[in-house]
Amino acid sequence: MNPLETKQTYQDYVDKKSPNSPILKNCFNAFWVGGLICTIGQIILNICKERGFDTQTSGTIVSILLIGIAAFLTGLNLFNKIGKFAGAGSLIPITGFANSIVSPAMEYKSEGYVMGVGGKMFTVAGPVLVFGISASILVGIIYMIFNTQTITLV
Amino acid sequence: MQVLLDQKKLIGPLSKYFDQTLDDEFWGEKTWEKAESKIIKETVNTVISKSGIPSSEIDCMFAGDLLNQCISSSFGLREANIPFFGVFGACSTFVESMSLGAIAVEGFANNVLCATSSHFCSAEKQFRFPLELGNQRPPTSQWTVTGSGAAILSKNGNGPYITHITPGKMVDMGIKDANNMGAAMAPAFADTLITHFLDTGRSPNYYDAIISGDLGHIGKEIAIDIAKSQGYNIKSNYNDCGVLIFDKNAQDTHSGR
Repeated sequence: MNPLETKQTYQDYVDKKSPNSPILKNCFNAFWVGGLICTIGQIILNICKERGFDTQTSGTIVSILLIGIAAFLTGLNLFNKIGKFAGAGSLIPITGFANSIVSPAMEYKSEGYVMGVGGKMFTVAGPVLVFGISASILVGIIYMIFNTQTITLV
Repeated sequence: MQVLLDQKKLIGPLSKYFDQTLDDEFWGEKTWEKAESKIIKETVNTVISKSGIPSSEIDCMFAGDLLNQCISSSFGLREANIPFFGVFGACSTFVESMSLGAIAVEGFANNVLCATSSHFCSAEKQFRFPLELGNQRPPTSQWTVTGSGAAILSKNGNGPYITHITPGKMVDMGIKDANNMGAAMAPAFADTLITHFLDTGRSPNYYDAIISGDLGHIGKEIAIDIAKSQGYNIKSNYNDCGVLIFDKNAQDTHSGR
């Protein structure tokens, strides 16, 4: 067998040769860590409601706290260890977003506060923001076209 | 020659052969890039003092590293006061420096200095993600060595000698996975090796050891397979620096350098 016959045969051969990520283990860890983060969020939400905040304010408080905790753990060099273990479990919740902004900010601090921290802070989160905001504008326009009667700003 | 390995705290299995090892990635500097410059500077100073050849008698130096504009070498070696050729060959920088250095010695020079450096943190920062980002490295990913090596090639002396150079052609088999560099590089290595055998009329068993740079565990296996499919059995005397430099299991470096 000559693996170099074509690019396709080589790609197939390399795929066979390269060990795959341990998907089951990764999924399991992502599932329970992600679930745990969401549970913590729910607990905070419930406590806030108990103390008399309305649902929307409570949700904002949850976001602020989870972002704060994730940013703090990133600063302590702990979040990357959680991320290595949990993968998407800690990446998908708002904790991952916080980490993706704080980590380049830390990394590029050595290049100065303006061009370093300021300029490079969104290198990882930038695409999420650009496409997230673009998508929301698009959805907003569609909503406006089809719901001319009942526009309420929520 | 000197190198240091960091990060994984456990220093690699080859550490006893290095002149110096460090246990933090800054080495008293403010940034990783400055640390890398210091590493290559100290390495070059070490090789010069060990060789006993005064730097005024070194005709030129070939050096490079992984960073933009080869800043580690150019800043690290700016005070060396030796004519400087900057070389960029990524993983092949050192061999490229030695090849060009050997040609220089064959031509005009009496002593040529060759050096390279790399730094895990500065390389990750430039080419991949911030270190604090909580992502997962796939099993095919490799771990950039933090370290530096230097050598002086001289017209005089008792060897070892550089007798042949076979510059490699670029062989791109279309691997797009940036986390599987071994698979991307292995075909070019095998092609260069086979070209060398054809040029010299030698066979793999002529050599005590055949060493590649940084194919890593997967790339090494692929290289053996490709060579075998072309009729060359290199399994017994071939090894890869990326495999040798780390202890894969103890240091969690996945597929090696």
